[in-house]
Amino acid sequence: MRSAFIGALVQIARQDPRVVLLTGDLGFTVIEPFRDEFPDRFYNAGVAEQNMVGTATGLAEAGFIPFVYSIVTFASLRAYEFVRNGPIAHRLRVRIIGVGGGFDYGTAGFTHYGLEDLGIMRMQPGITVLAPADHRQAVAALNSTYELDGPVYYRIGKDESRLVEGLEGRFELGRADLVGEGEDVLLITIGSMACEVVEAAGRLSAHGVRCSVLVVSSFNPFPVDDLRQALSRFSIAITIEAHYAAGGLGSAVAEVIADHGIACRLVRRGVNETPLGVTGSSGYMSKFHGLASEGLADTVLRTIEELSITNG
Amino acid sequence: MNLPGPDDPERDRFVLSKGHAALALYAALHQIGWLTAERLDTYCGDGSLLGVHPDRDLRGIDFTTGSLGHGLALGAGAALAARMQSSGRRVFVLISDAECNEGSLWESAMFAAHHRLNNLTAILDLNGQQALGYTGQVMDLAPMDQRWVSFGWDVDEVDGHDVAAIVKTVESGEAERSRPHLVIANTVFGYGVSFMQNKLEWHYLPMSDQQYEQALAEVRKAR
Repeated sequence: MRSAFIGALVQIARQDPRVVLLTGDLGFTVIEPFRDEFPDRFYNAGVAEQNMVGTATGLAEAGFIPFVYSIVTFASLRAYEFVRNGPIAHRLRVRIIGVGGGFDYGTAGFTHYGLEDLGIMRMQPGITVLAPADHRQAVAALNSTYELDGPVYYRIGKDESRLVEGLEGRFELGRADLVGEGEDVLLITIGSMACEVVEAAGRLSAHGVRCSVLVVSSFNPFPVDDLRQALSRFSIAITIEAHYAAGGLGSAVAEVIADHGIACRLVRRGVNETPLGVTGSSGYMSKFHGLASEGLADTVLRTIEELSITNG
Repeated sequence: MNLPGPDDPERDRFVLSKGHAALALYAALHQIGWLTAERLDTYCGDGSLLGVHPDRDLRGIDFTTGSLGHGLALGAGAALAARMQSSGRRVFVLISDAECNEGSLWESAMFAAHHRLNNLTAILDLNGQQALGYTGQVMDLAPMDQRWVSFGWDVDEVDGHDVAAIVKTVESGEAERSRPHLVIANTVFGYGVSFMQNKLEWHYLPMSDQQYEQALAEVRKAR
């Protein structure tokens, strides 16, 4: 997703001289096309994310559209107060690219897992928060949002090849995309988790459970209308996210259910504990936390069973 | 500073990185005619735009500040923007000495020096005091000048209570400068008011009517 995103940014930069790219010394084999074509609009700001966001704010005040690039944790957490007091407070066009949500950084370990970025960013009024599901959607999301007023946060996964079946790269700000037409359970997911969830839906159909998958890529503005419509058609909805369970997609969906008094039982699946004490590839870590398609399918089956018993 | 008007994009930029001194900035805005006396009088009143720290929604304020260690990054970005736009705009940032406790400030000091932002001037209000003590006791910053020199800045020192000297120092060698410029303004906290000078508690305390009259009289006499 990273390379496709930077590739699309290069295309935009050819047309728009306001676009500038700053990196916190990251993006090897990713950012070079931009650097090589626009050396005067590329800055390696060094391993100094706070200054990078502050500098981007100063650039945006003068009319530039700066993109700052780092790994999710450093782009969001390290620079968070600078984001809040900078582009958010000043309502300026700073774009923050957080690379590698969830367990994308696998063996790099705990410090590199992006598990709270979406929650903390969405909490701030006036920032657009996007988590594209695959590289095609990432490009569509960039093209339709790069000129928006105010700051934008993009959570960009590391996977460059997987595509969400049925999504066809669609993106619309403030909207969610429904994939599949199953009527038994609604699965709601966000970002690159969508591939696994759609795969899990396939596994579930083999067990006779028909799912619809709602892919939320626009986390702020949150697709409230699409969610209301979808949630009101199901008695069980399960949110699945590569994010801490508190404050992420599940919490946001719970808000919609509560705000609108929707009669739908919500089950939230995400990361529930600090992922320390074990490491491995991103696939292994996702599986370990029950977020790989196989485990997800089991979780859904168990959940349906439990809820059916509870509901008599 | 080149200040044709608060909305002119080619105006020089000013960042009050030590945002807690906004009252002085409001007074300056009033002096140059960008802020009415009526509005100045709303300072810290309910519904006012003039709080303790400056808000960019007030015309003439370029950047919202208040969290220490942020302003130099904003100024570096503004200076870089001017260079990229081939503009002669200059950027001035007023920082405090205690603010140099913030690691982020040194990120910006490195960035500005590395990119040789010669249109960036930082004025450091060196009063030797911070919220809970004297800087020498809380987090010793000496030798301040050498720290900045080693970070790649041109450094000058000046009596911070001598406005003409500050202006002269800021302007000296401006045309030939190839690096960002730090002007260390040596100041005395509470300068000119005998009962306030170098007294930590006056970072916080309100004045009684009697103290206010005395302070006013002493400041007038000093002028």
